Amino acid sequence: MPELTSQKIPVTVLTGYLGAGKTTLLNRILSENHGKKYAVIVNEFGEIGIDNDLIIGADEEVFEMNNGCVCCTVRGDLVRILEGLMKRKGKFDAIIVETTGLADPAPVAQTFFVDEDVQKNARLDAVVTVADARWLSDRLKDAPEAKNQIAFADVIVLNKTDLVSKPELAEVEARIRAINPYAKLHRTERCQVALSDVLERGAFDLDRILEIEPEFLETGDGHDHHDHDHGHGHDHHHDHGHSHDTHSHGGLKHYHDEDMQSLSLRTSKPLDATRFMPWLQGLVAAEGAKILRSKGILSFSDDDDRYVFQGVHMMLEGDHQRKWKDGESRESRLVFIGRELPEQLIRDGFESCITT
Amino acid sequence: MKQFEPDDNSASIISVTDKVRPLALGMPVIAVHFLGDRAAFVGAEENVALVDGAGEISTVAVHGGGILCVATDGARIVMGGDDGKLVALDKKGETALLATDPKRRWIDNVALHPDGAVAWSAGKTAFVRSGKAEEKSFEVPSTVGGLAFAPKGVRLAVAHYNGVTLWFPNMAANAEILEWAGSHLGVVFSPDNKFLVTAMHEPALHGWRLADHRHMRMTGYPGRVRSMSWSAGGKALATSGADSVIMWPFASKDGPMGKEPAMFAPLQARVSMVACHPKQDILAVGYSDGTILMVRMTDGAEILVRKNGGAAVSALAWNPKGTLLAFAAEDGDGGLLEL
Repeated sequence: MPELTSQKIPVTVLTGYLGAGKTTLLNRILSENHGKKYAVIVNEFGEIGIDNDLIIGADEEVFEMNNGCVCCTVRGDLVRILEGLMKRKGKFDAIIVETTGLADPAPVAQTFFVDEDVQKNARLDAVVTVADARWLSDRLKDAPEAKNQIAFADVIVLNKTDLVSKPELAEVEARIRAINPYAKLHRTERCQVALSDVLERGAFDLDRILEIEPEFLETGDGHDHHDHDHGHGHDHHHDHGHSHDTHSHGGLKHYHDEDMQSLSLRTSKPLDATRFMPWLQGLVAAEGAKILRSKGILSFSDDDDRYVFQGVHMMLEGDHQRKWKDGESRESRLVFIGRELPEQLIRDGFESCITT
Repeated sequence: MKQFEPDDNSASIISVTDKVRPLALGMPVIAVHFLGDRAAFVGAEENVALVDGAGEISTVAVHGGGILCVATDGARIVMGGDDGKLVALDKKGETALLATDPKRRWIDNVALHPDGAVAWSAGKTAFVRSGKAEEKSFEVPSTVGGLAFAPKGVRLAVAHYNGVTLWFPNMAANAEILEWAGSHLGVVFSPDNKFLVTAMHEPALHGWRLADHRHMRMTGYPGRVRSMSWSAGGKALATSGADSVIMWPFASKDGPMGKEPAMFAPLQARVSMVACHPKQDILAVGYSDGTILMVRMTDGAEILVRKNGGAAVSALAWNPKGTLLAFAAEDGDGGLLEL
């Protein structure tokens, strides 16, 4: 129902570890001359200077759903606040949710999958993570929250790049890419990023899942275009084991994060929908706690439509997107980002869904 | 074989749609209550529209923003807003500011006691002010989801995550906690003071028998229950959330334990509002497609009050005598029906 989608209020989730620059980015969004009004949901109400008419203090209450799954959590305060805000429809164009530095973005995202009323009125636009170029590498070692925020991100604003040397910057980017090669990454100083790069991204919009390719090449500022030879364009994205920690492709450092990875699967043979769907649902039901994000573009046998899906932990949504175009390669592509992903289990399961 | 085709409901059942006085309220409506002879339609923001029997509308400004919660004791309506204010509106149409949250937090919930006490909540804190007594407050572990006064004595039920706290503001006794996993967003006592029922964030109700804290799980709804209404005498609890009215039996000492609910008036739309008649076994039902039916509980007979079309019914109430039914939809289209 596209006509309804357009009326839904977009919600941007702004996350990032303490001191990375979330408030700087938020104030930039609010102060820029865009003619739009934002409702801002912040934690620690009133402690930081945010100049906006509609500011709501949130308690970050994470509630478990009564379905026996500990990873099925929602933000109870967000359900309540969004319901209240909907009484003031027309007074604002979009909502920004700023989370604390220690927050896990998953409950925020899951709120949009689980709650019927939230779904009716609002749509999750994107998870934007602000990262501190100088300290992120350290935080990835000692703060699981920071790793979650990177893994979950659709957009990463790598901030304070002026405080690090070029090799240090390359290092932190490689660390980020080891966890999440798919997010759009923008290098900034004082969060100077074009607002169109962080707002209205439609990252959770099934209609806008166009391609799933690693974003190694897009850094937003025009240099370091190593657009070749990373070994990530073909069948086995992660077939080089985890025994060594770092190696190099064409000068760009390449890391493997020990507990957070992405896994990419692809095939140009059609998938059997009657096998694939139960497999995918079974996989996220069993391994959902480990899988933070998932996304796929699928080609089924006897089906001329592209099928797209995306998920957060155990929650999946999918739909027929459009007809495959003439001459378009009918390739199925899946991506999982998660913690200690059972790679072989996933690969074997996927293989068994390919039509022979 | 002849194919069975259900008739259009507007053609097959008795209709009183021509007796309804239509009202163009011009604002989204979240609740309606009767104040004396007038119906008070509470807007989603800022205003209340008072409507007399002749359909004359007068608007009263009550809040400087969204209106988040509403309660009535028949003599007044009390509302909490996102402006951090708690405002009362009386039968004369006059407003009184009852409280202002010092941090301008949202007033999320409000409840009234027949003796004049008022309770409200902001965040995790519930407040009570009774008669001349001073204001008291009580903190629960998570944001308050709902408030209700017990019909007897001064006892306040505070719903929150993982249960309900029963607080006795005038007694030194410790608060009593009724536990049940999940988020509880609405709470009601049965009129006989024997049961407590919450509407949960998931599509279910949960109940406790207060004498022994026995649990009652009331599940099976496709959607969240947002509207609950006790039938005359408290024999049954009518609820929204499904494509028919779900009525749980509360006449026996065991309440609905081990019993099936009664189901009335199925349509191809979700029930959004229920309002039981104050004296007879009749209830008014509003649906997500704009339909309103009157249903007799004894045999399920239906009368059409409003045809489908337009926005979901968001407000529905009888006057205390049961001679007037007021309703409104989310888009501000309302009506009054005199019986």
